[in-house]
Amino acid sequence: MHTIKDTWTMAKRSLKHIVRSPDTIITVILTPIALLLLFVYVFGGALGRQTGSVEYVDFITPGIIVLTVISGIAYAAFRLNVDIQKGIISRFRTMPVASSSILGGQAASSTLSNLFSSLLVLIVAFIIGFRSDAGPTEWLLFVGLLALLTLALTWLAIFFGLLAKSPEGAGAFSYILMLFIFISPSFVPTDSMTPLLRGFAEHQPLTPIVETMRSLLTNGTPGDSAWMALAWIIGILVAFYLASLLLYKTKAIAATS
Amino acid sequence: MKPTITVRGLKKSYKKNMVLRGVDFIVEPGTIFALLGSNGAGKTTTINILATLIKADEGAATVNGYDVETEADAVRRSISLTGQFAAVDDVLSARENLELIGDLRHIENLAQKVAELLERFGLTDAADRRVATFSGGMRRRLDIAMSLIGNPPVIFFDEPTTGLDPEARNDMWQTIRTLANKGTTIFLTTQYLEEADELADKIALLHKGEIVASGTASELKKLVPGGLVELTFHDERQLKRAVSLLQKRYNVTKGNDNLTLTVAAGASTTQLADLFIQLRDAKIEPSDFSQKVPTIDDVFFKLTGNKKEEK
Repeated sequence: MHTIKDTWTMAKRSLKHIVRSPDTIITVILTPIALLLLFVYVFGGALGRQTGSVEYVDFITPGIIVLTVISGIAYAAFRLNVDIQKGIISRFRTMPVASSSILGGQAASSTLSNLFSSLLVLIVAFIIGFRSDAGPTEWLLFVGLLALLTLALTWLAIFFGLLAKSPEGAGAFSYILMLFIFISPSFVPTDSMTPLLRGFAEHQPLTPIVETMRSLLTNGTPGDSAWMALAWIIGILVAFYLASLLLYKTKAIAATS
Repeated sequence: MKPTITVRGLKKSYKKNMVLRGVDFIVEPGTIFALLGSNGAGKTTTINILATLIKADEGAATVNGYDVETEADAVRRSISLTGQFAAVDDVLSARENLELIGDLRHIENLAQKVAELLERFGLTDAADRRVATFSGGMRRRLDIAMSLIGNPPVIFFDEPTTGLDPEARNDMWQTIRTLANKGTTIFLTTQYLEEADELADKIALLHKGEIVASGTASELKKLVPGGLVELTFHDERQLKRAVSLLQKRYNVTKGNDNLTLTVAAGASTTQLADLFIQLRDAKIEPSDFSQKVPTIDDVFFKLTGNKKEEK
């Protein structure tokens, strides 16, 4: 019981940090929105011919949403590292609070704030013409999948936030994730890529995830990649949850003598 | 009564750098214990091991009867740590900072206790301001107030007055004394000899990862030769006469200014009378004299200075 209560206490603290610096939310959604506009209005005319019967804006919106999450979790890593550098984490570590609560609070607040950012980006997509035939069930599955993905990627961010030597370096991992999203069928179908890139694009974790999200919104079914997507998400979640707790317990996060 | 903190054979290395080389001490309940040492002596490492932040390589330590390694959670319920740099949340207000710690410690009637602490540390007016706008002294006061929530029986202070102005330092000393008077066991580290002398019931001198001496301030002072008398003369001729007279019986040291002379004459009235009678009979009249009382500084420099020469 205490663990849940403590996790919520920590999440509230972290949410206050997010709400009191609204500029970070704007920074988070700015890049995805700019890319959305760039791809739809500048490249969309040319790229749209590749996507068959699907409108280009409908084609790229799921990838843009995932990009929003990637851009948002970098802040979770940044905030965690600032807490470490300022000694606040050390203070919590000398208190009878489970490590899963201290880190879990960050995970909960990051998931909530990223779902909110995703909603804002989705609204922009709607304004410029994104439409979906998906029913309530598909939307619910979409939101569920997105929430689970955000949680998994947040634990990945927590791992790197613990690992980094400075707050500036804490978010660097997100650039690699951005590369993953560009070398995937998020913006262009993979058949137009060189064989090497196509091989990578077809086997990397974000591909089935983005394809399942797109299938839910455009076809109204989870599609063939759904189980693969779920397996990747749960795999990332479990691996980085355990790795983060282990790192947190073993690493001396304290001022040196 | 059982000691509140026991430390036996504590060793810790960072890579090849051995920071603690086998540290032993005990802290009695309700006392103030000062771990005195210069930068890099291993003070913070020791405090971090006791506060369960890092693990020792060898040795054992208990706090409030619990082993710091195997019963870390019970230790954490018994302690709080106030570090070298105030670990407060800049984004939250002072009240929110206190409530956060209180929530995590599951304190009943929290709002009332928070109000009391704000009042006690003079933060009531600033209670709902973001801590980012606080001065250094206010942050330090908030930091301590946060440590006091839940009345932990043992409080660790890691260099509590480093970087504070004299007034804030005196406030801090007063706070620490008040806590100890109420029965809290205080463990503090400091690099200021004066602070250890002023506050501590017991002092341990930590040098290069080893305890080189420990005891009460007066016990430590006995480690350096006492009974020194410093004589000052009007001119060098008088001084030279005094040297030739006194060096037969006493250990004497000339001051750099060639006007003062330190004589190891002893501290009893008879010994002092002997010295002055000899001077009078030889018609040597010092212009001034004083008794030199050994300070913790003398102990510190004697012990740590010797250590250096061994190498």
